[in-house]
Amino acid sequence: MSTLTQTREIVMMNLRSIPQRLGASLVVVIGIAGVVGVIVALLSMSQGLGKTLSSTGRADRVVITRGGSDGELASFLDRASATLIKQDPAIARGKDGLPLASGEIIVITEVPRFGQKTGANVSLRGVEPNGFALRPELKIIDGRKFRPGLREIIVGQAASKQFDGLRSGADLRFRGQTWKIVGIFSTNGDAHESELWTDTETAQSAFGRSGVSSLLVSLSNIDALDSMKARLVENPQLNVDVKTELDFYSGQSANLSLVIGVLAGFVGLIMGIGAIAGALTTMYSAVSARTQEIGTLRALGFGVFPVIASVMSEALILSLAGGIVGALIAYFAFNGYSVSTLGAGFTQVAFQFSVSPGLVFKGLVIAMFIGFIGGIFPAVRAARMPVTAALRGG
Amino acid sequence: MKYFGLIWSGLFRKKLRAFLTLLALWSAFALLGLLQAVNSLFNGGADFLGANRLITQARTSFTQPLPMRLITQIESVPGVKRVSHSQFFGGKYQDSSGFFPQFAVNPQRLFDTYPEWVISDDDKRKFITTKDGAIVGKLLAEKYGWKVGDIIPLNSFIWPKADGSRTWEWKVVGIFDGRNSEWKKRTSLMYLNYGQLDEAVSPRARGLAGVFVISMNDPKDAEKISAAVDAKFENSADETKTQSEQEFQLGFARQLGDIGLIVNLITSAVFLSILFLTGVSMSQSIRERIPELAVLKVLGFRDRTVMLLVLAEAFLLCFLGALTGMLSATLLTKFLPPEFPIATDSRVWITAGICVVLLSLLIGVPPALRALRIKIVDALAGR
Repeated sequence: MSTLTQTREIVMMNLRSIPQRLGASLVVVIGIAGVVGVIVALLSMSQGLGKTLSSTGRADRVVITRGGSDGELASFLDRASATLIKQDPAIARGKDGLPLASGEIIVITEVPRFGQKTGANVSLRGVEPNGFALRPELKIIDGRKFRPGLREIIVGQAASKQFDGLRSGADLRFRGQTWKIVGIFSTNGDAHESELWTDTETAQSAFGRSGVSSLLVSLSNIDALDSMKARLVENPQLNVDVKTELDFYSGQSANLSLVIGVLAGFVGLIMGIGAIAGALTTMYSAVSARTQEIGTLRALGFGVFPVIASVMSEALILSLAGGIVGALIAYFAFNGYSVSTLGAGFTQVAFQFSVSPGLVFKGLVIAMFIGFIGGIFPAVRAARMPVTAALRGG
Repeated sequence: MKYFGLIWSGLFRKKLRAFLTLLALWSAFALLGLLQAVNSLFNGGADFLGANRLITQARTSFTQPLPMRLITQIESVPGVKRVSHSQFFGGKYQDSSGFFPQFAVNPQRLFDTYPEWVISDDDKRKFITTKDGAIVGKLLAEKYGWKVGDIIPLNSFIWPKADGSRTWEWKVVGIFDGRNSEWKKRTSLMYLNYGQLDEAVSPRARGLAGVFVISMNDPKDAEKISAAVDAKFENSADETKTQSEQEFQLGFARQLGDIGLIVNLITSAVFLSILFLTGVSMSQSIRERIPELAVLKVLGFRDRTVMLLVLAEAFLLCFLGALTGMLSATLLTKFLPPEFPIATDSRVWITAGICVVLLSLLIGVPPALRALRIKIVDALAGR
């Protein structure tokens, strides 16, 4: 028989005998399923957060904040600066001939999560009427828009799912005043869905603010960005940072994604060591149970390679099964599971776990790696056993 | 105890398998130690704060500063001993990597409400009288090598000066330490004299106190006092929310989300896998040694003793794995940089102890029962 035929026969024979050693084989499957499940779940959390933040914003919209402030919360532009900036020629004009720009104000409010008493920080964003024209992706999915001048609020879809009492028709109390929630909006799952929105001037009067936190403007042409940036930054009357909306928001996710990535790596490493130990135990005992069988095969003329291949294929198939089980568990338990955490602006960002095919593939690669380490040492031991000793039972 | 040698040699009968099983147990308990330490941080790590202080914040959010004029109104509530205020300064020192918290306070009121800080009377007086003075926690001073007399420039991302600049210079007038080991660990912060902030800050931010810290005559009055304070400002523009200092601190941690759920999910996933692994390995080890156990019975060991020997072996296995794993976790959390204030404390060790008992019962009872029921003749004959 050629080495190839030998290998095929011995591998098939070995695999067919797995059901007889089911308990021990399950150790590999379950151990690896645990590792892969946990790693895939953690990474899907980081990926979901990244997806929410990086899908926020477009390249042809520009956020203007006070120079040196690292986010909207710490930024402040007085009314004069805001008016001056809105006159820049690079800004697109709306149907009414006015610049497509929205002076926006950010106030942190506390709303409890479902089932909790302590409040979580949620952004209340004041937008000007053009804030809606600027963002065609915004859709009111329940109720209606707020009316400027009235204490009315609309709530992002993600926020209404994460926090208690954010339903259409409900009341909120801020600074001794009652605000009515009149609608729920969606913005294709981006970070704004974690916010409460109201009219800028209403928010200014309620919270005693004069200026705005930031200015969002739409460019008439993407190429106009650089000239606009130069004009605004060099204007001695102003002190501003100019960034495309895309850059502004994607800069905010880097840190958190890194923390989650490190956590996943660390937990995965320690769990992986445990799983390798489990795979090694199983495969060593599988080899020792088959000592006589392997001896017989070698005496019959089977080569070293087919023996190694048979052990390795068992280890790899079991670990692949474990990897698939783990990834499936992660998928069914967590895909689309929505949570919220503290984002860069010191307020909550709600996002969904997203178990993508790429992550599943990553999980399977980890599974195969553990299986490879767990199989290779027992396989070499099996191959190097002296035939005579093996025939006597080791 | 006289059987310890017997149990030990039974456990290490097959060295490689024992070592691998221990390695798996090590990984499970190392993770338990680390993850539950995180959990412990989120579920009441602020125990040492004591219950004699309340924090009054704006109801809308603690980031909305309350005006200074409320202080006398709060102080007039019966049962309140002293009120101090604390404004988060948000200063960056040099590059943004070196972040530490600074709070602008009224020095006299700070010392009255936080007797836990230890500082010499001389430094105390200097902090009270120096308008641009600052006192630095011992750990922080050691980290940057600051001494009394140094000038620390801080770039506040929250408070601009009236002239538009954001760089504030603070003069170090004293170094403070904690009263006990818990408080000594927390000295990575800096207190600034409110005087300079209020004088030089841009006009729209003047007269803002931040949050108020209330110290009480009797901690038992906490609920009454917080209700009375909040009732005072109800329906005003400055509605307040008053809660215990511990609750306030936990609120910060809870902002991060349901960490506890995630941590517990991971821990149980790990334990489920490990339970299965050690269980199989243990029962295999006993199965192989059935003839030897039969020999023990021939020698006169009772059925029950043999059963207990097997149980003890399972316990020893789990115990050794847990001990090494927990020791690794404890060492690791000790050497984490101070930005990660987690510690594998006694609470986590107790959890680990409970896990050892449960785990050794789960993996030990089935093989132990099997050992109990061994029929000597059959076992010796290899049936």
